[in-house]
Amino acid sequence: MSTQTSDQTDTDARRGIAPTAPRRRAAPQGRAASAFLAPFAVLYLLFIIGPALYGLVLSFTDASLVKPGLNGAAGLRNYAEALSSSDFWSSLWHTLWFTILTTPPLVILGFVLALLANRVARGRWFFRLAFFAPYILPSAVVALIWMWLYTPALGLLDTALAKVGMTAPSWLGDAAWAMPSLAITTVWWTLGFNFILYLAGLQEIPRDLYEAAAMDGAGPWQQVRRITIPMLGRTTTLVAVLQVIASLKVFDQMYLMTSGGPNFATRSILQLVYDEGFTNYRVGYAAAVSMLFFLVVLAVSAVWFTLVRRQEKVV
Amino acid sequence: MATLTASDGLTMDRIHRREKLFNRICAGVLIAFALIWLVPLLWAVDTAVKPNAETTRTTWLIDNPTLDAFTRTLRDTDMWSWYGASFIVSSLAAIGTVLVASMAAFALSRMRFRYKNIVFWAILAGIMIPGQVLIVPWFREFDALRLLNTYWAVILPQIPAAIAVFIFKQFFDGLPRDLEEAARMDGASFFRVYRRIVLPLARPAVAAVAIFTFVTTWNDLLWPLLVLSNPDLMTVPVGLATVQGAFGIRYADTMASAILGAIPLVAVFLLFQRQIVQGIAGSGLKG
Repeated sequence: MSTQTSDQTDTDARRGIAPTAPRRRAAPQGRAASAFLAPFAVLYLLFIIGPALYGLVLSFTDASLVKPGLNGAAGLRNYAEALSSSDFWSSLWHTLWFTILTTPPLVILGFVLALLANRVARGRWFFRLAFFAPYILPSAVVALIWMWLYTPALGLLDTALAKVGMTAPSWLGDAAWAMPSLAITTVWWTLGFNFILYLAGLQEIPRDLYEAAAMDGAGPWQQVRRITIPMLGRTTTLVAVLQVIASLKVFDQMYLMTSGGPNFATRSILQLVYDEGFTNYRVGYAAAVSMLFFLVVLAVSAVWFTLVRRQEKVV
Repeated sequence: MATLTASDGLTMDRIHRREKLFNRICAGVLIAFALIWLVPLLWAVDTAVKPNAETTRTTWLIDNPTLDAFTRTLRDTDMWSWYGASFIVSSLAAIGTVLVASMAAFALSRMRFRYKNIVFWAILAGIMIPGQVLIVPWFREFDALRLLNTYWAVILPQIPAAIAVFIFKQFFDGLPRDLEEAARMDGASFFRVYRRIVLPLARPAVAAVAIFTFVTTWNDLLWPLLVLSNPDLMTVPVGLATVQGAFGIRYADTMASAILGAIPLVAVFLLFQRQIVQGIAGSGLKG
């Protein structure tokens, strides 16, 4: 029962040597481990795994918000309806369009600004503050501020553009402009997160690599191209995938700033779930839409996983 | 390096000058972006200290700034009660997450038991499930539990965060084992080792997980919006979302409410800037 015996088995196992003596400590440690794991496990099963499976079951039923129980099996009907519904495809497209509009600027600007901040010796706290502070604001606050900036004729953007002789578009009121406007707000709001991830990545590149390159006559631009960008490959994969997943999950901005309008032009997939489940009470159908959305997120995660594994092989 | 510089002084000098110029351009571009990023915040503050009648005059800094909009907002909205709700919900979620996730991670990092790998992978799989796809089943579940319109509905789903277990496990794995092995030999229980040795050593991880859970719970909108329909229970984002537009053209009041809604988080950010930044940078998220 001494600790030393168990440690011996432990190191042996790590070395790949089969333990010769039976693990006598296994039983009591198992009990202690269960005690440590139990609180998390119970909550995890009750509020993550359970609901995930329950949602899967719901998606095959006609469950309704106003009736208890499952309300009869629907088979694949909910899925068939979603896949043949123009509401589903248009909200999926809006979500993708938002992702396309936000991901490249958020990744590229995050990289460029981090790169610049990394070269500036003084006042780094100021840039962190300027870029990161918006990120911690609640979406409701961001929405209030930007709706004021976007206010037609009176807002800061319109008056500023008027001063340089340009006519501002109807930011949130025009179906073509609403999504780009939401994207601009989002870039402002969330850039700080990517900025920080890139700063951390940059700080891990050894300085002498640059010094050696400078000795060999490489200019700053060449250093960025030959050292920084390749060395940040993994950070970029991570930032891009986290960004795509975050953008796909968009709901707050649309709900608060446009309510999915004008004319449903900015209704996101999560707002479709919200509308179908909690306004039309069609829980089964909303669950099916959630599951389809989950598949999209899973696919993105799978792409990330493959990319990371490939990068690991190369390095 | 010194010899190289000496023998090749001319080119090194040119390189240095080129670098200096480049660095100056970098700083200029960066400052321009930082100013652009600050304008919306400054404009919100600027609007909030104007009298409502003057907010449509788009000039910065008028002669008669006033805090009336703030006092009016605090008087006419339920801001104080939203603060209270957000504070209770976010604190309990943060404490709960730190406790259950660190305990689970301690078992995964320090104990030997059967099916350990399966347990670990089962938890890791949870990172893939976005909470947003669970709102429909959650709603029915909390309805059945009779917990709709209670803080429990907001707090409980936040606590079993797989990512928090992962962060703690990464951190625990990097801690030296000598101290706790000595303590175990002296007959200390696992709980004592966890409570007295590992948890105090893991303060950076505790801080990061606590602050992140606090901030994300505070900012969450979709789920609290669904479960907190009772105005007395609303959190700050839900409250702001429901009064949004209620101010009409009183832009100063609208901006004052936005700023009041942001103040607690700005305080959290200024107090814990380092932990927040390190939490993002070193949370094992780096991949």
